[in-house]
Amino acid sequence: MNGMRSLLAVIATAMAAGCAAQAPVSTTAPAATTAGRPERAPFSSTYRAPAAPPTLIRNATVLTGTGARIDDGDVLIADGRVEAIGPSLAAPDGANVIDAKGRWVTPGLIDVHSHMGVYASPGTTASDDGNEATDPVTAQVWAEHSIWPQDPGLEAALQGGVTSMQILPGSANLIGGRGVTVKNVPATTYQAMKFPGAPQGLKMACGENPKRVYGDEGQFPSTRMGNVAGYRQAFADAREYMEDWQDYEAKRAKYEKGEAKGDEDEVAPQPPKRDLKLETLAEVMRGHILVHNHCYRADEMATMLDIAQEFGYRISAFHHGVEAYKLAGRLAKEGVCGALWADWWGFKMEAYDGIQENIAIVDAPEGGCAIVHSDSEEGIQRLNQEAAKTMTRGNLAGLSIPPERAIRWITANPAKSLGILERTGTLEPGKMGDVVVWNGTPFSVYALADLVFVDGVLLFDRAHPAAKPRSDFSL
Amino acid sequence: MKKLAPFAVLLLLAPSLAGAQDFLIRGARVHTAAAAGTLENADVLVRAGRIAAVGVGLDAPAGAAVVEAKGRPLTPGLFGGVTQIGLEEVNLEPSTYDAELKLEAPAWQHVWRPEFDVTPAFNARSIVLAVMRVEGVTWGAIAPLAADSLVIGQGSAVTLDGRFDAALPGSRTLFVNWGSAAHDASGGSRAAQYMLFDQAIREVREPGTSGGAALLLPEGRAALKGYLAGGRVVFFVERANDIREVVRFARARGMKPVIAGGTEAWVVARELADAGVPVILDPLENLPNDFDKLGARFDNARLLHEAGVTIAFSQTNSFQLRKNRQLAGNAVAHGLAWDAALAAITSAPAAIFGQGAERGRIEEGRAADLALWSGDPLEVTTVAEQVWIAGSPVLMRSRQTELRDRYLERLRSGATD
Repeated sequence: MNGMRSLLAVIATAMAAGCAAQAPVSTTAPAATTAGRPERAPFSSTYRAPAAPPTLIRNATVLTGTGARIDDGDVLIADGRVEAIGPSLAAPDGANVIDAKGRWVTPGLIDVHSHMGVYASPGTTASDDGNEATDPVTAQVWAEHSIWPQDPGLEAALQGGVTSMQILPGSANLIGGRGVTVKNVPATTYQAMKFPGAPQGLKMACGENPKRVYGDEGQFPSTRMGNVAGYRQAFADAREYMEDWQDYEAKRAKYEKGEAKGDEDEVAPQPPKRDLKLETLAEVMRGHILVHNHCYRADEMATMLDIAQEFGYRISAFHHGVEAYKLAGRLAKEGVCGALWADWWGFKMEAYDGIQENIAIVDAPEGGCAIVHSDSEEGIQRLNQEAAKTMTRGNLAGLSIPPERAIRWITANPAKSLGILERTGTLEPGKMGDVVVWNGTPFSVYALADLVFVDGVLLFDRAHPAAKPRSDFSL
Repeated sequence: MKKLAPFAVLLLLAPSLAGAQDFLIRGARVHTAAAAGTLENADVLVRAGRIAAVGVGLDAPAGAAVVEAKGRPLTPGLFGGVTQIGLEEVNLEPSTYDAELKLEAPAWQHVWRPEFDVTPAFNARSIVLAVMRVEGVTWGAIAPLAADSLVIGQGSAVTLDGRFDAALPGSRTLFVNWGSAAHDASGGSRAAQYMLFDQAIREVREPGTSGGAALLLPEGRAALKGYLAGGRVVFFVERANDIREVVRFARARGMKPVIAGGTEAWVVARELADAGVPVILDPLENLPNDFDKLGARFDNARLLHEAGVTIAFSQTNSFQLRKNRQLAGNAVAHGLAWDAALAAITSAPAAIFGQGAERGRIEEGRAADLALWSGDPLEVTTVAEQVWIAGSPVLMRSRQTELRDRYLERLRSGATD
């Protein structure tokens, strides 16, 4: 939980300063200060939501994402934030008032597993940028450095109600690199999409993909035992690297103390050489980067939990866990989310045991954290339908899942796994004004997002679509 | 093998269907997918595996079981699309994958093998079939698949009821890649696709004219010959001008073209309607995923239907045939008439694959492939409650339901993982 605490501390500080927050990229890579200009960490968010008038949505069925359902409720968004939820709210001066009678309102949807911009539409050889498949451990690469912000899939996802997403490297590698959480806003640069203050993710991958990619080339790893040795060696190296830095920091502190006392005999300690790969893994062990682990089989998830215990890091979510239902109790107990598909299965051996109740079963135990994810430019447009399918199967299995519970799978739970639940993912006062107005229940094949707000700004209006596409490519 | 787990007995040894029975489904909302449209509170009588009567207030003959539908919707058994179901048990396990010809030979030896027919490889005992049957999918088309071929080979429409002789009579089809899908197989230019195909046709009509540079073997010439006399040829093609050109090309040479993919078919909808060429499409294909699909849009299905083109729906994944009705529902959400969407997963594909007289509609005389639903059959919150194929009730179990029940039991017992 260190990561969460430090993130919140950063957010609180930044909010007090009245500007968008940034998590430290790395404790070993302090940002340079440019004289006369505000300090900005390299690669940090430049996103600022434009000002928007207040919006009052009236008489809707509201699913708050906290597990509550309010019939005939109002939602007020002001200054980019959720201001109030309840019956009969008064409209502030200048408010945009929307009569949503018969319509449903939910938090903006969040996809914890996307490759938007790194595997963009169109898929071309020139922009095949999602897998640095040249070494089984590439913790040093960042997905954000591959993102093409003109991917037309982003606007399509927005039209499906998706307001935030994590963009990850692919699964060719044991450790594929850092993921990034973005807000789904029009932008020319990824920095202008980056979710302020969100921690980065680390993409790890179990099972068939890494051992196939490297094994087929006669390289390590070619087996599951090779995979495990690969993760462990990487973290063991990073542990040593952390200790080298700790040692250096201690020596430096001692040296600086001595210098202050006027002791001139000491030799200034030299910092270890920066290693971007190990730096990422050190940040994971410090809790600043959250682990998102592609892992299908229940037994492999259990192995990964043991590795996490060995090296003292937490797994935020298992992604694609087609067999997560076999380990639902343990995942709930250990506070690990299952980011899953509603019904994908069969395409490889580790997906052979897929069932349509997977998400509902992972959701069932006390503390269970189930997430519907897409990993698909098609699926991200209909996370609500995927949730509806699983809700239906869960109810048939006797698990009793009302819509106000199921909506958490595509709002609050992904927010939790990304470390941004304090900022978005539910409709609660003070949260970001990330809100979707649906034409009816979102748990339907006929559901369409009518209005999508990001930070209180209306970015999609089905009745008044933009004359031109958002993507330059689509012009 | 000394001991079989109970589920192995159930799924591998037990018949997938209980055998044809005579029965009356009473009081259903019958979506006929035929001219009669939807009949409220209607009855369907099934005898000897066929629909014997459709109407209101039918009498159950002596000895016939009665299924009380209580107003629930009844549809024809659904078409699962054009996939490789039964040709692959696990997609990435090569030993279970039979859809692609990869002879170790010069490229032409597998690129130009129209005689390659996947139909005999169809595994009626595949576990995938039961997973799809219980979701109301009773039939589909199987096609060979190849990324580097122009002429991929032949396939068929198949019933999914688990019988060995699953291929539906009159459904044999030749599948061909066109446009960027066959770019490498045509020397790096789609223009060469017309050139090469014409050479192959000339070899059929005037054997020996290509000399040592022949594309086809004698078996290939024999196979292709039938398709040049009005045979059904499915072209996987996406770009508007490619669709237009290949339709003209195929018709001028005696083939009966069907467009599959057809992302930009809406652009040439009028020409397709005039030529009577149907389109098998995925209505969720709304992104410019490659340069042949820059015109992708959500209402492709609506625009084609409104222009008078026969449309059917398909996605391409053998493990997701059950998603076809979600495709149909989404087409409705984007403007397609509900009846046209149902037709696109029932009667329209039946017509396309030569099964119009046999299945795809709830009408007297047709095979009793039926699905009874908990609600709107195109809705994602609806499930199939009972399915029949050729009048036999489908055992509503699959390996997935067995896994579900085992782990629900563990969940309820609080067993630790």
